[in-house]
Amino acid sequence: MRSLRRTIDRDDLRDALALAAAVGVVGASFGALAAAAGVPVLLAMTLSLLVFAGGAQFLVVAVVAAGGGAIAALAAGLLLNVRHVPFGLTVGGNIADRWPLRLLGTHLMVDESVAFSRARGSGRRARTAYWLCGSLLFVFWNVGTVVGVLAGGAVPDPDTFGVDAAFPAALLALLLPSLHRADARRVGLAAAALALLATPLLPPGVPVLVGLLGLVVARLPGDRREAA
Amino acid sequence: MNWPVVVALAAGTYALRLAGVVLRDRVRVPARVERYVDLGATALLVALVATAAFTDGSGFAGWARPAGVAVGALAAWRKVPFVLVVVLAAATTAGLRYLGVP
Repeated sequence: MRSLRRTIDRDDLRDALALAAAVGVVGASFGALAAAAGVPVLLAMTLSLLVFAGGAQFLVVAVVAAGGGAIAALAAGLLLNVRHVPFGLTVGGNIADRWPLRLLGTHLMVDESVAFSRARGSGRRARTAYWLCGSLLFVFWNVGTVVGVLAGGAVPDPDTFGVDAAFPAALLALLLPSLHRADARRVGLAAAALALLATPLLPPGVPVLVGLLGLVVARLPGDRREAA
Repeated sequence: MNWPVVVALAAGTYALRLAGVVLRDRVRVPARVERYVDLGATALLVALVATAAFTDGSGFAGWARPAGVAVGALAAWRKVPFVLVVVLAAATTAGLRYLGVP
């Protein structure tokens, strides 16, 4: 019998920390941007604590800074987060058995924690991975926000460090194992193409949802080898 | 930016996160449908990768970012450790920008 060692896999911890570090940098830039846009400190920190969705937070602050109304900002932010509904469907079983814990874990659902957990299947390791990634990201995102709000203009643009390339690369790396299957590859390619085509035409968040239409090629007509 | 907006955004976002979790708990999903739920998540995540790699707002992000993502993707495909994938992607993009590539 193998020794159990720890509940948390060393490699998973290291990988989650790498993601969290990048999230911290972006969190700092969010804090700085919010401060520059005149968002009160407490409000910016509350956004990171209670919304905990980077894309929506940046979008809401940008809409308000551009002179958009509160309703427009809210609608834009929520639209960007609609993707969490299918995320919850797929990763819901990887959170917890009991509802109080499940309600808490639901708050930690972000693109990275979903991909991080899915990459580890659906067992105990996937569950630990979900909490590990989600909670580390939550801590780093919020610490980053506080640092950013306080440092303000002293925070450098994260694009200088290429952090904007790190996230899609990380997500793709997490997705690669699931793309070994031909049907997943087909659906993924179609989803990417559709989302890119839709981007110039639709508001933020919707192109990614349009990617769901990639499911139409999940099964090719006359495809028999896939019928497993 | 005011408190009602922040509270509404927080409540709305949590509701969206919870919706899928509750639905999964309440509805017995047959294996056939389960496959589509799984493929749907793949579709969403790949679409996220594509838009994050190539676009900024409603336009093209410039070449530095997709180049970095491509290097990261190649590294991941070659089974390079995850941390290195992240660092290679960021370093490539940062290096290209330093050289003046948008």
